[in-house]
Amino acid sequence: MTSVEPTAESQAVAAAIARHGHEPGPLIVVLHAVQDALGYIPEQAVRQIADGLNLSRAEVFGVVTFYHYFRTHKPGARTVQICRAEACQARGCQSLERHAREKLGIDYHETTADGSTSLEMVFCMGNCATGPAVRIDGRLYSHVTPERFDALLAHQENAL
Amino acid sequence: MTRVYVPKDSTAVSLGADEVAAAFAQQGIEVIRTGSRGLFWLEPLVEVDTPAGRCGYGPVGAADVGGLIAAGMSDGGAHPLAIGLVEEHPYLKSQQRLTFRHIGIIDPASLTDYLAHGGYAGLRNALSMTGAAIVQAVADSGLRGRGGAAFPTGIKWKTVLDQPVTQKYVTCNADEGDSGTFADRLVMEGDPFTLIEGMTIAGVAVGATQGFIYCRVEYPESIAALRTAIAAAKSAGYLGESVCGSGKRFELDVRVAAGAYICGEETSMLQSLEGKRGEVRVRPPLPAIEGLFGKPTIVNNVMSLAAVPLILEKGPTYYRDFGMGRSRGTIALQLAGNLKRGGLVERAFGVTLREILYDYGGGSASGRPIKAVQVGGPLGAYLPESQFDTPLDYEAFAAVGALVGHGGIVAFDDTADMAALARYAFEFCAYESCGKCTPCRIGSTRGAHVIDNLLAGHEPERQKVLLGELCETLIHGSLCGLGGMTPFPVQSAMKHFPHEFEPRSQH
Repeated sequence: MTSVEPTAESQAVAAAIARHGHEPGPLIVVLHAVQDALGYIPEQAVRQIADGLNLSRAEVFGVVTFYHYFRTHKPGARTVQICRAEACQARGCQSLERHAREKLGIDYHETTADGSTSLEMVFCMGNCATGPAVRIDGRLYSHVTPERFDALLAHQENAL
Repeated sequence: MTRVYVPKDSTAVSLGADEVAAAFAQQGIEVIRTGSRGLFWLEPLVEVDTPAGRCGYGPVGAADVGGLIAAGMSDGGAHPLAIGLVEEHPYLKSQQRLTFRHIGIIDPASLTDYLAHGGYAGLRNALSMTGAAIVQAVADSGLRGRGGAAFPTGIKWKTVLDQPVTQKYVTCNADEGDSGTFADRLVMEGDPFTLIEGMTIAGVAVGATQGFIYCRVEYPESIAALRTAIAAAKSAGYLGESVCGSGKRFELDVRVAAGAYICGEETSMLQSLEGKRGEVRVRPPLPAIEGLFGKPTIVNNVMSLAAVPLILEKGPTYYRDFGMGRSRGTIALQLAGNLKRGGLVERAFGVTLREILYDYGGGSASGRPIKAVQVGGPLGAYLPESQFDTPLDYEAFAAVGALVGHGGIVAFDDTADMAALARYAFEFCAYESCGKCTPCRIGSTRGAHVIDNLLAGHEPERQKVLLGELCETLIHGSLCGLGGMTPFPVQSAMKHFPHEFEPRSQH
C-alpha cells in the first residue's frame, strides 16, 4: 500500500473493501459499493481494490470494463437513461433518442460540458408496455415523447 | 372510507402512483401499497374493499382523488374511471393466475399479509418430505424452465440432489434482460416472498445452504423489495440457521448485476456471481455438477422458482392439469410494445398469439394494423400475421422456427422497418457479446455491415448470400445462445418480409 494521505475517495474505497471484502467472490459487490459512493470507479480505485482483494490490477480493470453499468469517468449531476430495446422501439424511442442527443448536444456515455447531465443507453427497464421508457436520477417515466422529455428536464431543473 | 390499495410497482409509479398515494394519504385515508395486477393501461389502478369484493378505478391521477372520494368510491360508487369489481374484469377473469395469485392483492413488504394469504404452506409441506420426494413432486408437475430453455426443472434438481457434496447452491437468474419482459419484475416487486419460498424449498430439497438472487441493476425497485422481504423472512425464522425450526439451514442474498445482457446466460451469470467477467463457460461440466465456485448449483429463472410453492402446496397434479402437450402449467405472457392494453397475462399453455394480441391486447396502441410480433426477447423470431394462430406451446413455436422464451410478446405496427430491426439484432449482439467466441464477437459486427451494404445496393444479391452464410455460422459456431440465436430475428424478418431487404434509395 502507498503511504499518501487518504482522500475522501480512497476512504470510500477502503470502506467498501472492509464491508464486502470477506464475501464470496466479492469484486462486483465492492465495485457497486464504490460506484454507489462516488458515482464512478476512479482509476486509483482499481489499484486499491486489487491490493485489498488480492487480485491483479488487470483482473479488476477487466471486470470494470466488461460491465456496461460501471463507469470510469465522473458522471454529470444527473443521469438520464433511455431505453433502446425493441418494445420501446415499437413505441417510437428512436425519435426520442435523436431528440435527446440533439437537445443535450451529447451522445451516449457522454456528459454535457457544464457537467449537468450524463446520457446513458439501457436495454430494458422492464417497463415495456408503456414505452418509451426513461429513467432520470433513478426515477422511471412512461410514455416519454420528445415534448415530455423536455418538460421532465425543465421540471427537474426547477426542482434542483 | 378508511383504506385504499395503490400499486407501488415501478410501471405504476412511472405513471404517477406515488402522487396518487400521497393525495389519498393527505385526505386521511390509509393507503396500502401493493404490486401491480398487470393491467398497465389502467395504472395507476386504485382499489377499495367493498362487501362484494375489491372495486377498481383507473387510470387515476392525483387530481382525480377528491372526485373519487366524493363519488363514494368506498362503496364502489359510479365514476367515469370505475371498472367495477377488479377480479370480474374480463382481462383478469379469463386468466389462470397461479404464480401471480397474490400479486396486486397483498402488501409485498408484509410477511403477515403473505401468511394470511396461504404463504409458506408449500414450504411447510416440503419440510415434512424427503429431498427426493420434493424433487419428484417438481418433476411430476411437468414444470420446465421458464427462463427460455424449457429444460425440465425436476431433472435439474435431481442432478444436484445426487451430487455427494456438502456445499451446494441455489441461484436465481433474475437478470431479466429480454426486451418486452417484466414478469420477473412483477413477482419480485409484487410478491417477493413467493420467490424466497420457492428458493428455500429448492435448498431444502437438494441440500443447499446458500442461495443467491442475481437481479438486474436496472431493477432498483425489485432489489429493494427483495431485501426487505429477505430481512423479514430471516427475522421470522423462514431463512437462516434452522428454517422453521427444521434444523435445515438456508441463507439467501441478493447480488446486483451490472448491465450485461450476457449474464442472463447461466454460466455467464455464475462467472458474474463469482465476481468475474461474465464470459460464457464451456459446458460440460453442467452447473448442476460444477456450478458456482465449482459446486453443484441449481440455476433457475424467477418464474420457475416462483411456481414451486404452489406445486408443493397443492400437489404436482394440480399444476400439471393446466397446459397442453409437453408444456404443462401456466406461462406468464407479457404484452408489450405497440399494444392498446399491455400487461401481464398468465394462462395455461395453448392460448393462441391472436387471442393474446387482440382479445387481451386490444390491437395496436397506434390504431394501425399489427405487422409483426417478436416473441421471446431480442433472440426470438418475428412472426407475421399468417402465424398469429400458433398456440403458445414450446413445441408448436419450435415447429414454426420461433421460440416462446421467457414469454415476452412485442407487437409492431405497419410502420416497423424490418431491415432496421434485423440490423438492430446484430448491433445488440455486438454490444452485448462477451467476446469469448469468434462467430458472435465478429459475426455480429459483420452482420450489421452486410445489411448496410445490402440496403445501400452494393452487390445486393451477394450480400443476401453472405448474410445467409453468416447466420448459419453464428447458429452452429457460437458457444451460447446469444450468438447462436441472434440470427433468428434476422432470418425470420428476411423470410417473412423479403421485400424490405432490397436496396433503398439514398437519403
